[in-house]
Amino acid sequence: MSTDLIYATTAVVLIGLGLYTVLIRRHLVRKLMAVNILGSGVFVLFIALASSGEGDADPVPQAMVLTGIVVAVSATALGLVLIRRIDEADLKNAELAGEER
Amino acid sequence: MSGFPWASAVVLIPLMGGIVCGVVPLRRAAIVGLTTAVATVAATSGLGWRVWHHGSVSESPGGWGAPLGIDLVVDGMAALLVLTTAVVGFAISLFSVSYYAPSQTAEEEQETHHQGFFWSLWLVVWAALNGVFISSDLFNLYVCLEVISLSSVALVGLTGTLALRAAMRYLLVTLCGSLLYLIGVALLYGGWGVLDVQMLASAVDQSMASQVALVAMTLGLALKTALVPLHFWLPAAHANAPAPVSAALSGLVIKASFIVLLRLWSDVFGALDKSILAAALTVLAMTAIIWGSVQALRQTRLKMLIAYSTVAQVGYLFVAFAPDITAQTDPVALQGALVFVAAHACAKAAMFLAAGALAISFGDDCFSSMNGQHIRLIAPFIIFILAGYTLIGLPYSGGGEAKYLLSSAVESAGLPVVGWAMTAGKILATLYVLKVLYHIALPTPEASESIELRRITVGMIAAGLLLSVVAVGLGPASAHLLQLLEASIGTALAAPHSALR
Repeated sequence: MSTDLIYATTAVVLIGLGLYTVLIRRHLVRKLMAVNILGSGVFVLFIALASSGEGDADPVPQAMVLTGIVVAVSATALGLVLIRRIDEADLKNAELAGEER
Repeated sequence: MSGFPWASAVVLIPLMGGIVCGVVPLRRAAIVGLTTAVATVAATSGLGWRVWHHGSVSESPGGWGAPLGIDLVVDGMAALLVLTTAVVGFAISLFSVSYYAPSQTAEEEQETHHQGFFWSLWLVVWAALNGVFISSDLFNLYVCLEVISLSSVALVGLTGTLALRAAMRYLLVTLCGSLLYLIGVALLYGGWGVLDVQMLASAVDQSMASQVALVAMTLGLALKTALVPLHFWLPAAHANAPAPVSAALSGLVIKASFIVLLRLWSDVFGALDKSILAAALTVLAMTAIIWGSVQALRQTRLKMLIAYSTVAQVGYLFVAFAPDITAQTDPVALQGALVFVAAHACAKAAMFLAAGALAISFGDDCFSSMNGQHIRLIAPFIIFILAGYTLIGLPYSGGGEAKYLLSSAVESAGLPVVGWAMTAGKILATLYVLKVLYHIALPTPEASESIELRRITVGMIAAGLLLSVVAVGLGPASAHLLQLLEASIGTALAAPHSALR
């Protein structure tokens, strides 16, 4: 089994896992993690395709993955802020409902 | 004149303005924002003028050209899109100045606080939209799409509580869409070692990798454009956002991912056999037109109605892919789709702005709380008549011209059934536009007591009127639009036959 194939299989498994979890799970943190796993799968795919052939690996896909990671970090940060805000709003609603009773 | 980098300017000016808005005191943000909007409109006009007189413009920022660098290519199609964005963007900015006006009460002080965030996020969205329309590099398109997504999600979340869940769902959906697109980018780069659209167009063949790339990218971008049944996130996100944000999302943001898809199908995958995928998209497009319109009719809130109308109108966009079932991409269908993008962007933004003005005046946007028959409502009423006229697609309007081009394309492709769905969609659209007009003009029994209407400012009215007049005026001007589109290089649009009436 060649190195390429290991990378390609890993990428497909990660992408599949990510897509499956984001569709099936209800918890928002799990969904956000699933999107991160999906992203990692795509990055592995990029790296695998960079190394096809002999000699040094192609640096362009690595640069793209680096940019992709920056985007993923920003997206995750935004998602976590939103989840915290949603939880705070839920807590406030629960307290209000408790007072009314 | 030729030395000035117009293409870079239309991205850099709003981007810089957005950053400045983030650091100046909150009360100054509106001034900086409006100045940036005017400057961007000026730069876009300069770019449009150049493309109109000298043909397409190509720039390599920093002196790094393709394949390693990123080329900015402004052909007729890109010029039309950045000009549309400039018109809609200016109207949204004008509206926002009065929408986020500084106020005295503590509750509205919070609104003023939001204003600073609104301006920087909105200007960044504008910059990234222009970036999507003019860059010819697949990875740069990904970055611009992600900048649009993240800023749009933050904009939706600005109102807090109710909009937070909608924003979260929008974030997850749009991230999945972008990553599916990125899978395609990886496969294409792995296969041919370039990212430039024009270079790929001459290289891509019928291989397995390109087929998988086509499916992944189409799926991802259809998700971001909210094609039925992938539209589930759109109504809540668009209806719960603040009015100017709704206008930007429905008018412009969903168009960005659609335009990327259109470029991919006509350029990158131009040589590929896409008949099965095109058939699937056409069925979904017809479903979207009918189902979205029926859902729009059933809504009890004005902004939900307009949001479901967007779901329906997205169907018309995807009709552009119907001719691919039998043959290659039809230039007439592409022209129709592009005129449609321009007309719908103006009409839909006008409707959301008018709805925002009505919501201010009535307190909310439920039909039941609308108590009409007031002289101050005459302006939103006129905006809805004009925007509705072009949204339905009645003759001599922008929407009418676009739907004429699309239906003649599907007819020449031998698909009359798509034409029937489009006609049914027109009838349903007429009904839901009439429903809105009825609720504005006539008092509803539940809200019979006379409520004090809050004043709608001149800026809000001017913004809505500007957009609705442009949306209708695109019809008589469509000959010029098609002439502008002819200024394309290397795309299917350069083919000489156009469907001028």
